[in-house]
Order: sequence, then structure tokens, then C-alpha cells
Amino acid sequence: MSKIHVTTTVNGDAVEFLCDARETLLDVLRDRLNLTGAKEGCGTGDCGACSVTLDGRLVCSCLVLGAEAEGREIATVEGMANGEELHPLQQKFIEYAALQCGICTPGILVATKALLERNPDPTETEVRYWLAGNLCRCTGYDKIIRAVMDTAADMREAS
Amino acid sequence: MQYHSPGSFEDAVAIAGAASGTTRFLAGGTDVLVQLRADIVTPDTLIDVKKIEGVRSITREADGDWRIGIAVSGAEMSEHPELGADWPGLVEAMDLVGSTQIQGRATLTGNLCNASPAADSVPAMFAAGVIASVTGPQGTRQVPVTEIPTGPGKTSLKPGELISALHVPARGARGGDAYLRFIPRTEMDIAVVGCAVNLRLDGDTISEARVSLGAVAPTALLVPEAAEALIGTTLDEAALEALATAAADACKPIDDKRGTVKFRTHVAGVLAKRAARIAYDRARARA
Repeated sequence: MSKIHVTTTVNGDAVEFLCDARETLLDVLRDRLNLTGAKEGCGTGDCGACSVTLDGRLVCSCLVLGAEAEGREIATVEGMANGEELHPLQQKFIEYAALQCGICTPGILVATKALLERNPDPTETEVRYWLAGNLCRCTGYDKIIRAVMDTAADMREAS
Repeated sequence: MQYHSPGSFEDAVAIAGAASGTTRFLAGGTDVLVQLRADIVTPDTLIDVKKIEGVRSITREADGDWRIGIAVSGAEMSEHPELGADWPGLVEAMDLVGSTQIQGRATLTGNLCNASPAADSVPAMFAAGVIASVTGPQGTRQVPVTEIPTGPGKTSLKPGELISALHVPARGARGGDAYLRFIPRTEMDIAVVGCAVNLRLDGDTISEARVSLGAVAPTALLVPEAAEALIGTTLDEAALEALATAAADACKPIDDKRGTVKFRTHVAGVLAKRAARIAYDRARARA
């Protein structure tokens, strides 16, 4: 089977890759581009561990084909920190210990970044509904939600 | 599997016509790619429709009808500044499908063509009277969405045909719609029962109504007897009771892990009453 040539943008960098028609964007990110931040949890769009943004829209990369990335802009957790300087959400997740095993964390960070860009002042209910598609089996969510609320408050103050 | 991304519906139909084996059209992919990954349906030909002009747009036509492109996501419907004011029930029904991530990809047309009896947006479309443009080798025809699903996972679309647009009628004066579903939690679940009501008022009296139920039969149902229970009334208690009875009588549900026949039948009547009250209030609030 001939491979598909795809030209796209990942975290602001122009990227080219060859992929099979069946390969998902998640497969491509992890296995071809060595961006292993996005995780495969369920592979069926239920758990959100593979969350990335596609043209700014939050999606599950397991439910996007690599071929669909042609000409689009993808952002992953690897693009959140600025060099050694963590994104405020990443810093706050550490402070709150808002993670245990860490599998869900990249997806939750990408998802909450997308939320705060749209809504800098979400209610706790809004945060919980926005993150309903990001499953965490360790923390019980409480520290995650508190970390997000506190980051949002800090970022509002800083802006 | 061959992946194609044609730039027009004519090309999409030509590719489908020339293909052998299993063909699937790809819009949001939230069902097609799950089935692909799980080896439930492995297409030989996958036709990505998102490069076709106009499929990403929501347009109000000159006659007030809404044209919803087949690759418009649920999130784009929810964010649209005017669609939700005209058809809040339809937009809310689509918004109930899946998570934020799924909303970023899932489409109204996909929800219809996946043909799940429990699809949330489908009863809302039935009630709203949505029309589909169906494009195939013989050109394009208009088909009421009520004629698209024929059973779980099955549609009336012929091989090589695809939906090329959905048309939601002009809202017009004194109209309102609502969709409610029952799930055992607050988010991220599949409807045990869904009910959509769309009605129009003349003064305070209901002059037109359409009632649709989901997840209580092999396809979503349009229930004319339930609509008749509303028409000519001011949604008094007697009308609501007649509506609930008609809705329950129309149910032909299965027993499964999500709900029993008895429970689904009862809940259909309860949701019909609640959805009718919301639709009625919305219609009264509109000039």
C-alpha cells in the first residue's frame, strides 16, 4: 500500500510525514514524530488522553486520521512550555499534585488550555463539564479542578 | 484502504461509484473511525468530505431556512450566534452528544447516518422537520430526514449516495422546540430515552406540533398521535396527560442494560411533557 504524504504544522513548526491511510493522528504524533505526550488510553474517543487541538479546536487525536492533518495546525502538550519555562497550568498542576500516574495529564493540560483561551473565568461547573471527556482514574478530579480554577485566577490577574 | 479527499460532491459520488467493496464517507469520524479502529467496519474506500466547498458553513437562506453543511461540528452549531436562537432544541440535542473533544468533530449528518436509535440529534431533527439533500449518481434529491434511518446502523441511502446538506426550516413566528433525554448520570452517556417537541402557537393555542422519540424503537419515531394531543390546546393538564399517553403508546423499546421496556415507556411520557412545556414557553417568548 502506498503511503500518503502529509504536510502540516505541529506546535508552530512545519512538519512532513508519510503515513498509511489507516493511521491516526495519534499514531503519527507518537510513532513518526516522536511526540509521545499525547497518550493512547481507549482509542475510541472516550478518555481524552490523546487530546490535541486541530486548528485551535480540541479533539481526540485517536479519532483523526494522520491524512486529515494536511494543511492544518496541530498543537500538543509538547508546545505548552516555553523552553524550560512551564505553562502556568503545568506549574499549578505540580503545586497542587493534580496528578498521580500522569497518563491523563497531557490531555487534561491541552484541554484546560483550550478552555481558558475561550473562557478565562470559568465556573467550577463549566470546568467540570468541559473536562467530562478527560478521564482520570487516580485523583478523583478534585485537585485537577482546583488547579485549573487557581490557574485561571492567576492568569486573569496577570493579564 | 484507499483515502480520498475530493473537492466536490460530483467527485465524491464518482469515487464512490467506481469503488468496490465497502465505502464510507468521513466527516467528523467519531463513529467511522471508532468502527475502523475496532475492526467493526473496515472500509476499502474512505472518502473524506471535508475538502468539499461549503461543507463547513451554516447559512441562513433567503427564505429563512437554515442550511447546515455536512462537516459542521456540534461545537460550531453551539457557537453560532443565531441558529440556537431559532432552534434551541436542535442545537441542545446535538450538544448533548459526547465530550468537548467529540463536539469538536461530530456532525449532525454523521449522527443521522450512523443511524443509532439513541442518537440525540435525530429526534430533534425529526421534530424540526429537517430535509436532507441526498446526492448520488442521478443527481440530488430532497428527502425528509424521517426517511433516512431504517434500523439500527441502517439508512435508506443507496450505495454511492451521500447527504450533501441538511435544511432546517425557517423558524417563523411563535415557534419553539426542545429536546430532553434521560441518562443515569449528568454527562457523557447514551440516551435511555430521548424526546423532542416542536410546536407553533396561534395566540396561546398550539396550532402546529411535531413530537419525536428516540431510543424506544429501532429508529427515532415521529409520533403524530402525540402531536394531535397538543394541537388545539393551551398545554393544559389534560393535554399533557394525553401527550404522555400517546408518547408511551408509541414506544416499542427493547430491554437492555440501559433500561427496561417498562422504564423506557414510562420515561417517554415524562420527557414528552417536560419537553412540551419548554417548547411552549420558548414559543410564547418569541414574537
